Amino acid sequence: MKKSVILGVATIAGLAAGAAAAGTVDDVKARGKLNCGVSTGLVGFAAPDANGVWQGFDVALCRAVAAAVLGDANAVEFVPTTTKTRFTALASGEIDMLSRNTTWTYSRDADLKFEFTGVNYYDGQGFMVPKALGVGSAKELDGARVCIQTGTTTELNLADFFRSNNISYEPVPIETNAEAQQQYLAGACDVYTTDASALASTRATFENPDEHILLPEIISKEPLGPLVRHGENEWGDVVRWTLNALITAEELGVTSANIDEMSAGSNNPEVDRLLGTEGNLGEMMGLDADWAARAIKAGGNYGELFAKNIGEETPIGLARGLNAQWTEGGLLYSPPFR
Amino acid sequence: MTDQTTNPIAFVAEGTIPPAPPPANETGIVKWLRDNLFSGVANTVLTLASLTLIYLLLKGVVPWVFNGVWDASSLAECREILAGKSGACFAVLSERWPQLIYGFKYPADAYWRPNLAFVLMLVAVAPVLFFDLPRKMLIFTALYPFIAFWLIWGGTILAPLVALVGFVVAGAVFQKLGKNSFAAGFFGAIIVALVVWKIGGALIPEGASENAWLPAVPSRDLGGFMLNMMLGVTCVSLSVPLGIALALGRQSDMPLIKWICVIFIEFIRGVPLITLLFVASVMLSYFFPPGSSVDLFLRVMIMITMFSAAYIAEVIRGGLAALPRGQYEAADSLGLDYPQAMRLIILPQALKISIPGIVNVAVGLFKDTTLVSVISMFDLVGMIRGPILASTEWNGVYWELFGFAALLFFVVCYSISQYSQWLERRLATDHR
Repeated sequence: MKKSVILGVATIAGLAAGAAAAGTVDDVKARGKLNCGVSTGLVGFAAPDANGVWQGFDVALCRAVAAAVLGDANAVEFVPTTTKTRFTALASGEIDMLSRNTTWTYSRDADLKFEFTGVNYYDGQGFMVPKALGVGSAKELDGARVCIQTGTTTELNLADFFRSNNISYEPVPIETNAEAQQQYLAGACDVYTTDASALASTRATFENPDEHILLPEIISKEPLGPLVRHGENEWGDVVRWTLNALITAEELGVTSANIDEMSAGSNNPEVDRLLGTEGNLGEMMGLDADWAARAIKAGGNYGELFAKNIGEETPIGLARGLNAQWTEGGLLYSPPFR
Repeated sequence: MTDQTTNPIAFVAEGTIPPAPPPANETGIVKWLRDNLFSGVANTVLTLASLTLIYLLLKGVVPWVFNGVWDASSLAECREILAGKSGACFAVLSERWPQLIYGFKYPADAYWRPNLAFVLMLVAVAPVLFFDLPRKMLIFTALYPFIAFWLIWGGTILAPLVALVGFVVAGAVFQKLGKNSFAAGFFGAIIVALVVWKIGGALIPEGASENAWLPAVPSRDLGGFMLNMMLGVTCVSLSVPLGIALALGRQSDMPLIKWICVIFIEFIRGVPLITLLFVASVMLSYFFPPGSSVDLFLRVMIMITMFSAAYIAEVIRGGLAALPRGQYEAADSLGLDYPQAMRLIILPQALKISIPGIVNVAVGLFKDTTLVSVISMFDLVGMIRGPILASTEWNGVYWELFGFAALLFFVVCYSISQYSQWLERRLATDHR
């Protein structure tokens, strides 16, 4: 008797959860707007411009998802989140997805109950030193004073790295990236360490960027990607495959410039499947046929977004590195559209 | 005959000596310098050291300010124009001026609305701050919150009107019932106000805000120094009456009221403001069903108001405690009831004593409004730390932006403190 009650309750709870889980795609469609959590400001990844329009690499992914689901790349309500508010905003349902340079880790996935739907930027912790220091490798940094953000994984990575190489360092604790720039330039520390992308963008703002170099060692894995709540599998699929569509588009040479031409039909069946000229991939996800075409049109394929927001032509000047396609020695590898 | 040569006195002055100017080193600037700056070896050394310090400081700052670039589109361009000279890049202020003041999402063609609200605010607070002004102006002060709400948030004018009607009806009920019994008047007024708001809210047609004369602006789009001003002004003006009520409640003989006030004050004072802000922004959304949460601005406003009310209550309690017992007894002996005694005898004296403390809390509160930047609201500091420093054009500009923020806050806080000193002089009736 008791058992059946418990089972009954569990079934109802399961059904309710199922109903709620299927909800986000419909919720977004009904609302006509995607609530997308972004950073309150990170150079190249998310920041409003002088006209108050959000720009950046993470922002572009929100726009692509909105274009895929709603058909309008501007139907996004950007919800700025800090490192402290981002997870609660997602868990409480204030935002539908979080696209905020968040590292995919085991505990965030398993313990905080979020589902990472891919990686849009492979980052890693690096070192920046003044050229005048005459150091060519992080292993020569014995006894250096290191500026390090407290309470982050970078602090732990740094300790591990120096211990495993049997060298010593003197930590100079700092709070924010802005403070770090000032301390480093003032000579309070010899080395500044944080994610390589942040180091590059920091260096780009210096008066004389050429006087500083990034050391070749990358001492941690920081896969950054978008995430949704656990259990929302259909919605997670939409976000995951929108990102994959952008990556695949680059691999197949579909750009925002030639997409109209390619949508008319090409001799490559995978392009046809991706753009919806052939097959019914969109229908399987509850979207229409040209969802991926709209996502790509929103800002371009992955390579175009990278080049426009953080690539070598921009002041940030990041090289593709690990974020190149797998065919070019990088880690970007989208499962096939089939 | 008189013979001068035989006069035993050698010299007699026949008139007064004409006044001569004092010796050169006992007058004017020289004397002042000698007395104040070079009156001894130690003071001379100190003066010279200070002068050197001031010179070094100005040598750095003055060219930096006067070489400042006001017209450029990015930090790199600033540096190009300066070509290695030391100089500030004030161009970030001119380019991002509207963002610093209004936030980055407030519609640009509606900037006149907060501007007008600000000017009207000066008119509305004038009769409160300067009691020589005609008392009739207080009517406008009472209407101002509704006007300001309508101007800044826009939308249908019916919403602030319904709120106003609710308050007016509640006031009337309180006047009528409160004569016999305070409790009946108090609770009657609350019930009537709630009923009016409920009915009025139902009467406002769905979608009335969409075609309103002033387009609606959601709270999330507010930002910049405007947000600091709004939070500061509303929270100070709400927390003073609340603080008075709490201070009186804490002194009450009725145990229930007394303990509610004590627990409220002690709890709020024992918790950091930033914790309350996190509760407002993060925890509360767990308790509401998705999509039906209370406006973030309102949540933050309530938290800051509660916080400063607890502090103001303690300041006023200090003022109440400073009054001699005789004042309370004098009020009783005149046959005044509790509200009359408080209104006519006790509070005027207690509040006068508390002015420096209240102003201290108000200034602190105004600066504390910058804490909302950690819960991703874009106040002045939030705008600087977030969007502006994260833009590729202006990443790396610190002194100019934070100096500007400091200047804005200094202007406001210094005016508040000057006003309070004037008020103290004006109210000084005792023989100290």
